[in-house]
Amino acid sequence: MSDRALVVVRAGALTTVQDEGRPGHAHLGVPRSGALDAPAAALANRLVGNPRGAAVLETTLDGCALRPRSPVAVAVTGAPCPVRLDGRPVAWGAPVRVPAGAVLEVGAAVRGVRGYVAVGGGVAALPVLGSRSTDLLSGLGPAPLTDGTVLPLGPPAGLPAAVDVAPRPGPAAELVLRVVLGPREDWFTARALRVLATRPYRVSSASNRVGLRTEGPALERARTGELPSEGMVLGAVQVPPDGRPVVFLADHPTTGGYPVIAVVRAADLPAAAQAAPGTPVRFVPVRRS
Amino acid sequence: MRVLPVGSDALLVEVASGAQAEALHAELLRRRAAGLLRAAEIVPAARTVLLDGLAEPDRVARELRAARVPPAAARGERTVELPVRYDGPDLAAVAAHWKVAEREVARVHAATEFRVAFCGFAPGFGYLTGLPERCHVPRRATPRTAVPAGAVALAGPYTGVYPRSSPGGWQLIGSTDAVLWDHTRAPAALLAPGTRVRFVPEEPV
Repeated sequence: MSDRALVVVRAGALTTVQDEGRPGHAHLGVPRSGALDAPAAALANRLVGNPRGAAVLETTLDGCALRPRSPVAVAVTGAPCPVRLDGRPVAWGAPVRVPAGAVLEVGAAVRGVRGYVAVGGGVAALPVLGSRSTDLLSGLGPAPLTDGTVLPLGPPAGLPAAVDVAPRPGPAAELVLRVVLGPREDWFTARALRVLATRPYRVSSASNRVGLRTEGPALERARTGELPSEGMVLGAVQVPPDGRPVVFLADHPTTGGYPVIAVVRAADLPAAAQAAPGTPVRFVPVRRS
Repeated sequence: MRVLPVGSDALLVEVASGAQAEALHAELLRRRAAGLLRAAEIVPAARTVLLDGLAEPDRVARELRAARVPPAAARGERTVELPVRYDGPDLAAVAAHWKVAEREVARVHAATEFRVAFCGFAPGFGYLTGLPERCHVPRRATPRTAVPAGAVALAGPYTGVYPRSSPGGWQLIGSTDAVLWDHTRAPAALLAPGTRVRFVPEEPV
């Protein structure tokens, strides 16, 4: 019944519903979307006994506050932050029982950017093309949460995991992104390739779920003109006319006309999702496999 | 045909023309349907087809380099008719580019058989080819911050219809009431790569 629901007391700066996204529709212009720090979202689900693909909440920097209408298991992962239940501190990175009507306060990130809140049964928003993810580029999926939003919950699927505390990510003093050069490295000068591999960049405050934007030395093109639109992959390092590389994250456009100088290893993308504005970024070219 | 590695599990296959990209896309879909190719995404574009989520990218790259791609057969693709009013705010600018009268823009556009070369920009946004080269137009110097849903627009060699209100730099020549994207419908997208499209004026032109 309707008491399997979650009331959003404080939505925070940007809190969205995310699952594993909707891959397979790129040819229709549909971004893959999904949790940016997928391992953190999967861990949160595991802690409350949900299947891996259950929908969770993704917070941005300042957390959120939630009040379930029935007792639920909740786990907060991703960017470490204080967690309080009706004002009392409770565990981060571990299952927490939240009684009906109690307020779970997910605090501001101590470091990192994106927090994940899994609730037993998962968020049961209406799926679009098989996914409940909010896609901020194209507007598919549930709207970002606002204060007072009521989210339906699914039936609890399993038992919360018997884990005391999940491992915390190390401090991200520097974001190191291993990249495979190409497919359009020939659009750049040899100097630009050296600059990418050796010079420091910083995460720009203009970063979002579409892309991690950077500030730093401009990458110089070896050729002018426009590249006809071509398909884009997750982790593509696209270089717009200002020369500052942009790393495509989950809500990236499916095609684009700026050359992709390199592609970030999938394993390094969760760290990119947690790199706050100002974090130093280093691109490290590696071999393909 | 050039086969460019993209990251660790994708390939970008580049060909010389839009027609070759169409033929390659058809061949890759055929191979996937026949179980000869495992790819999470097959994304056609102007001169390329992207294969993403490949289990064995190196093997696929070798096969593609050795492959002969048959020209795209006139497949039994469905034709979608879109009702249109040629009432866009850039109709005069496009007529000036084409060096014809405004009603001639409408006549030529409505007489053209279009084909969805690829999709992108937004869910359900198709890049439609079919206009002759003399009818290609540049983007607007200053993009609009809001283009209404259903706007029929031109840029470069393409015609497109905005599935929803969004910023945009294309030249607007008309509008349609057709719903390009509806996620509660199956299929959600009215236009997919390969779909043939005709614009049918609501008033005779």
